[in-house]
Amino acid sequence: MTAALSADRLEVVFDRFRALKGVSLEVQSGESFGLVGESGSGKSTLLRAIAGLAPAASGSITVNGKKLGKRRDKAFYREVQMVFQDPYGSLHPRQTVDRLLQEPLAIHGFADGEKRIQRALDEVGLGTGFRFRYSHQLSGGQRQRVAIARALILEPAILLLDEPTSALDASVQAEVLNLLEDIRRRRKLTFLMVSHDLAIITHMCERLMVMQNGEAVEHLTADDLVERRVSKDYTRNLLRASDGFVRA
Amino acid sequence: MSTLLEVDDLRVTFPTRTGRIEAVRGVSFSLGRERLGIVGESGSGKSQTGRAIMGLTPPQAEVTASKLAFDGTDLLAASPRDRRAMRGKRIAMILQDPKYSLDPVMSIGRQIVETLRTHEKVGKAEARDRALAMLEAVQIREPARVFDLHPHEVSGGMGQRAMIAMMLIAGPEMMIADEPTSALDVTVQLDVLGILDRLVSERGMGLIFISHDLRLVSSFCDRVIVMYAGKVVEQLKASELGRAQHPYTRGLLNCMPKIGADRHPLPVLDRKPEWAA
Repeated sequence: MTAALSADRLEVVFDRFRALKGVSLEVQSGESFGLVGESGSGKSTLLRAIAGLAPAASGSITVNGKKLGKRRDKAFYREVQMVFQDPYGSLHPRQTVDRLLQEPLAIHGFADGEKRIQRALDEVGLGTGFRFRYSHQLSGGQRQRVAIARALILEPAILLLDEPTSALDASVQAEVLNLLEDIRRRRKLTFLMVSHDLAIITHMCERLMVMQNGEAVEHLTADDLVERRVSKDYTRNLLRASDGFVRA
Repeated sequence: MSTLLEVDDLRVTFPTRTGRIEAVRGVSFSLGRERLGIVGESGSGKSQTGRAIMGLTPPQAEVTASKLAFDGTDLLAASPRDRRAMRGKRIAMILQDPKYSLDPVMSIGRQIVETLRTHEKVGKAEARDRALAMLEAVQIREPARVFDLHPHEVSGGMGQRAMIAMMLIAGPEMMIADEPTSALDVTVQLDVLGILDRLVSERGMGLIFISHDLRLVSSFCDRVIVMYAGKVVEQLKASELGRAQHPYTRGLLNCMPKIGADRHPLPVLDRKPEWAA
């Protein structure tokens, strides 16, 4: 297996604050990899640095064996796509679903837009009836499906998922998680997924990295987490917290 | 057990351009000095139920009930002045996100003192002392320092503790907590719940805990009401959640990923139109 995505001693600095302190990770092709931690742990920053949305101060990122330079070429943005946490904020409020999906196609110069839009909408279970609606006419779950369709329409190999279901109701969350799993299986995608919810990560990912204060605390497999084979107190605390409230 | 709050056939209706929308459609329950959870997904009417009890329904909406009584007082017949005196003093409410629910241009200490002095005749020095004691009670380590901080200078967990302190300082008999921990990290969530739990039981308050998280609510509350489309579909003891009867409650419990349960794909909720009927 080859590494689809790797980061080596990645460092992100905002003003003088070190949001990411030399974090390394390697995601194999076709794997689903999870990042967990509390807010401020740097998990989203790591994802954004890989996507090119946060400036890397030092360290390197490699995608499919190619090291990324200062300016990323168009091929990178075709290969790697991102789905954001808040479906209410990540879709253009004055564009129809059709227009939203056309944008990436126009940027990358795809000719068969018509067919691709139909296929992408079918794939996320929306159907063409939703094609000419605005995002405010959709529910949260439907919006997140549009965001997933927009990411898939360029046929990427790697999907970066930043808390894709935390703004959704539990029943809708199940639907979106099932959709993501299904798409990954069919398209043999590589996932890098951020969540604060350990249960979601163990459900979706094979391996994961626990983060705290911009550093990697430990690397685990999903089975380690299920069997509670964790070595750091921080991870243990997260595990305990996910069991719910216990009266003292 | 004495009954604090009685709600019978509560309805909240919003007029819209496309007709009247009933957000709450005939909700009935009673509350003693206990912890009651109201659970439901977005749009189920759980927050509007809490707001109607508190008297915070938007003015264009209409609230009706055959009975809405707090400690014998008819809330719907009470004058706005009486309700204002009651809010904060006898019924308090904690909101979801301290970032938005605290006054951004006022120090935390001053906000707590303001609440206290609105409801009780106390001098400035005494008010300050009581606010500091209250901050200590919600396990804020350096109350004197936090007293002078503004909301943007504290973390979410700290802000929510300050909010609890502010709500408890006037010694209310009933508290409505609307998603009090949803904006917080899981570990901080448990700290805040622990504080809430201790203070509520020490003071013998009635608590209505509104949340979308069925499992969290059942681990925290004594009794749980499950709402769907503005109605109560099931009422049960939190300890008997495993024996829930209604397919909605069961579906909601089932569709959450669990650590150690290998279920692919996750069971999804098959919504039946008759649930909303």
